[in-house]
Amino acid sequence: MSEPAVQVNHVVKTFGNGDQRVYALREVNFEAQYGELLMMVGPSGCGKTTLLSVLCGTLSIDSGRIRTLGHNLDEMKPGELTRWRGRRIGFIFQQFNLIPTLTILENASVPLLINGATRKVAEERAAHYISELGLGDRLRSFPSQLSGGQQQRVAIARALVHDPKLIICDEPTASLDAKSGHKVMELLQQTALRPDRVVIVVTHDSRIFEFADRIAEMEDGVVKGIHLNSKK
Amino acid sequence: MLRIAIHMLIRDRAKYGMLVCGLTFCALLMSQQSSVFCGLMQWTMATLRNVSAPVWVMDRAVEQVNEVTALREIELDRVRSVPGVKWAVRFYWGITQARLEDGSFQQVQLSGLDTATLAGRPAVMKEGRVEDLRLPNAVVVDQVAREKFAKKGLKLHLGTKFEINDKQAIVVGICETQRSFLGQPYVFTTYDRALEYVPFTRKRMSFILANPQDGVSARECAARISKLPGLRAVETEDFKWQTIWWYIKNTGIPISFGTVVILGIIVGVAISGQTFYLFIHENLRFLAALKAMGANMGMLARMVFLQAFVVGGVGYGMGVGLAALFGNGVLKKGQPPFFMPWQILAFTGGVIIFICCLSALFGLRKIARLEPAVVFK
Repeated sequence: MSEPAVQVNHVVKTFGNGDQRVYALREVNFEAQYGELLMMVGPSGCGKTTLLSVLCGTLSIDSGRIRTLGHNLDEMKPGELTRWRGRRIGFIFQQFNLIPTLTILENASVPLLINGATRKVAEERAAHYISELGLGDRLRSFPSQLSGGQQQRVAIARALVHDPKLIICDEPTASLDAKSGHKVMELLQQTALRPDRVVIVVTHDSRIFEFADRIAEMEDGVVKGIHLNSKK
Repeated sequence: MLRIAIHMLIRDRAKYGMLVCGLTFCALLMSQQSSVFCGLMQWTMATLRNVSAPVWVMDRAVEQVNEVTALREIELDRVRSVPGVKWAVRFYWGITQARLEDGSFQQVQLSGLDTATLAGRPAVMKEGRVEDLRLPNAVVVDQVAREKFAKKGLKLHLGTKFEINDKQAIVVGICETQRSFLGQPYVFTTYDRALEYVPFTRKRMSFILANPQDGVSARECAARISKLPGLRAVETEDFKWQTIWWYIKNTGIPISFGTVVILGIIVGVAISGQTFYLFIHENLRFLAALKAMGANMGMLARMVFLQAFVVGGVGYGMGVGLAALFGNGVLKKGQPPFFMPWQILAFTGGVIIFICCLSALFGLRKIARLEPAVVFK
């Protein structure tokens, strides 16, 4: 695995036109390696979430180049990009985004169903991950019947169920109390980190910095520096 | 994913219920009102169904079966002389009053059949024999007469007597007829006796009933008769449609029923379309998440269309089912009119499909514009 999992070179992303143009990313450069948990930190509005969006191809860039998991995203057609994202990327969102009318088993099996797996296979794998995350007895519960921490565990199961190579986490602990947030990060580290996978976490929750292998600091749309986590 | 789509829909009970109720109401209103309209149109041509004859001959001015301009007796011979006519007989039809024993009156539709052949006789006799019409003062009445007379205290049975224009009428049979638009009961008698019951006029023959010879179609026969000056002949099925179209063109009935049907469609579009749009709107965040997780527009479109068609199917089934239940109830009572041909089911289904497609397309428009990146906001 000589090639980095994620390579971002001179990426610029703006919103709006003319005088209203806002630079969300200005000449961003960084790399993320397989087997690491990279945390992107910085104040609100510094471009962290925009960077996550362009990394996984849900947002296009104005200039620069992004190579994720061996693919140049700007060279991929929209349909191809969507299929690739479905197979190779797992998502963990700040608000969990679990569908309230589906059981946690159904929620966790969604990525596999999107990729064409049968219901039986999808639910078996989803049940395996949910059990691994300690919710094996709640498979038929609905998200509203779970605490925030439990819901985020289901979101982790959903992010892992289709064995993606890149896990993208957007403020995974922002909606949780300190204890639950810590527990979720522990579980994420235990279950998600593998030598052939990279986990990128965007956060401004300093309580979870300890889980990072490296920390990239962003400010005003620019990655100011990346350093190894001294607390690890 | 289609199973997931179904679960997303039916487990949101409030919106699912609202959607199904809206479409049920729409389907019920459309199918029930259309069926009552069709039933009413069938009633307008009741005489044509109750008096069976292949070809009806009338004055050229007559446009539909319930209006009569009497013919001269000589016209019968002219019709009989047309090549291709096997037989032609007189027929009297008019509205007159029956006086019951207690002095009360009831309007009736008096039908006078050819005395020799009784051509045009009622198809279904519930009691008695139609041939007994040849007995003195004999009449055959229908089930509507039995109902109407009973309301006035006269229980009709074979042998019951009443008067028409001060002349005695004795019931020798009770037949089954289709109710008519005019609502009065049918009283069948012979042509000659019918003329005795009604006041004298110069021209008295309402219609001529004709039958084509073998090898000549009823329509061809009617065309040949129509070449006679002053006469118009129509094959029965054509006459039924001419009668229906006359009522459609010359009365406000279609406007009245059409307004209700359009109202049903508007209510369906408004309630169901809006609720479905709301359903999509409230699920946008999750749909964006699905998009981010790799669901393409084709997959989301299939999910949305399936959801729309599930509520459409359930609403249609319930609406049409309720209309059929209503129909079943009223047909036992005999009124109001109700006739639900397959075209009504197809029309209602088509409108429901249209509403579902429209709702789904509005929702999909929103989803198509949705950036998956919004899930990170």
